[in-house]
Amino acid sequence: MSTSTLPLLRVRGIGKRYGERVALHDASFDLWPGEVLAVVGESGSGKTTLLNAVAARSQPDEGSVQFHTRTGGLQEVFAMSEAEQRLLARTDWGFVHQNAADGLRMDVSAGANVGERLMGLGERHYGRLRATASEWLQRVEIDPQRIDDAPRTFSGGMRQRLQIARNLVTRPRLVFMDEPTSGLDVSVQARLLDLLRQLTRQMQLAAIVVTHDLAVARLLAHRMMVMQKGRVVEAGLTDQLLDDPQHPYTQLLVSSVLQP
Amino acid sequence: MTTPLLQLRGVAKRFTLHHQNALELSVFDNVELSVSAGECVVLDGASGLGKSTLLKLIYANYRASAGRITVQPPGGEAVEVTELAPREMVRLRRDTIGYVSQFLRVIPRVPALDVVAEPLAEDAGDDAAGIEAAREEARRWLTRLAIPERLWHLPPATFSGGEQQRINIARNMIKPKPLLLLDEPTASLDAANTRTVIELIREAAARGAAMVGIFHDAEVGAAVATRRINVADFRSAA
Repeated sequence: MSTSTLPLLRVRGIGKRYGERVALHDASFDLWPGEVLAVVGESGSGKTTLLNAVAARSQPDEGSVQFHTRTGGLQEVFAMSEAEQRLLARTDWGFVHQNAADGLRMDVSAGANVGERLMGLGERHYGRLRATASEWLQRVEIDPQRIDDAPRTFSGGMRQRLQIARNLVTRPRLVFMDEPTSGLDVSVQARLLDLLRQLTRQMQLAAIVVTHDLAVARLLAHRMMVMQKGRVVEAGLTDQLLDDPQHPYTQLLVSSVLQP
Repeated sequence: MTTPLLQLRGVAKRFTLHHQNALELSVFDNVELSVSAGECVVLDGASGLGKSTLLKLIYANYRASAGRITVQPPGGEAVEVTELAPREMVRLRRDTIGYVSQFLRVIPRVPALDVVAEPLAEDAGDDAAGIEAAREEARRWLTRLAIPERLWHLPPATFSGGEQQRINIARNMIKPKPLLLLDEPTASLDAANTRTVIELIREAAARGAAMVGIFHDAEVGAAVATRRINVADFRSAA
């Protein structure tokens, strides 16, 4: 983990309402380079709302999200132009969707899926694009022979790994993940988790992982935030929250699963 | 006198079980404990008195209800475990505090050799020579702990309890850390491997590590202890 004095991401007091309903209330945290933060809680607890607000996919009603850009120090994400936000989203950030079909182009080749972000950054050299795509397919354990196949022909686990390659090809510094392993078979999950764990460590990647699975949090995350009814009720070291939960809701969550 | 490497002052631990009518369980009222470099303090006390709880408080997977837990890394600044931000605690565990338990938390698919090498490989980052050096050191540890070479490239999930335990000891001792917490590291080992672990603990003390340990086996405790403490002393009224 880097010892830089500024966080990569600084979130302060963000909130979001849908009509009368408060979906997210006063969430604040810092994220540092190389840190993996799990956001846990049951459906409707506000964890995906939080993720979408921080990732600038939906603007919060209040609060501030600052990102440590490569050039300009900590910058307010929602004060950036749309073009700047888009550039950030396809260079320094990645977003891994729960449903791979939301994060992939299902009818273009695997190679083109991986190369798209590079092309967006101006890379036009076909040979280099193909070589990079092939290298990334191997890194996520997809046979490079499948480079011309569309993800529609891939299994669920392969699609999810392809989505990860598509995001990491620009070497982002921060990746958002929304339930990346749910909906996969247990054996496929283990492979994906191990891959994510390796990649976040090797690339010194910071990540925010939304999950309802405490075992996923235990394996991947340094830190954890527990959400209930739109609020962060407890936050801290992952094993501290799992081994010695303080808040009634965290205690309920931890005692409701078999050996996280 | 030098500053102790580990110091607990007025440490209390209570658990509040919110779903058991907010039942309060008090484990410690007042822990006073100092451990210096080269010492191996063995904790005594009946099962359920909180020996493991004490180690978990130091490692910070339990939060102290009161008091201070100060770690003084050699040549570094003293840190207050109860006040550290998560990322600082992650760093402290990486560089300063090791926790050797009898249970291996298995990482799916990662071969035994890499499970053991990981703490050193992590420091090597992307440096291929550093990663190879970490693997070489891991081979030495696996050999010393008598893990058959045919198992090195398999993930430990399917290993026997004793084999997993030895993988865990190697993983958590391969990087020489100034403070080691030993939670029954010899619990299911045979005599030969138990002797090896006793040697490893003595070597760690000789290089200046401070250690706090729990040993079910009285002989092992006697073989490594430089001092003994009964955790019952840390409760006010029994």
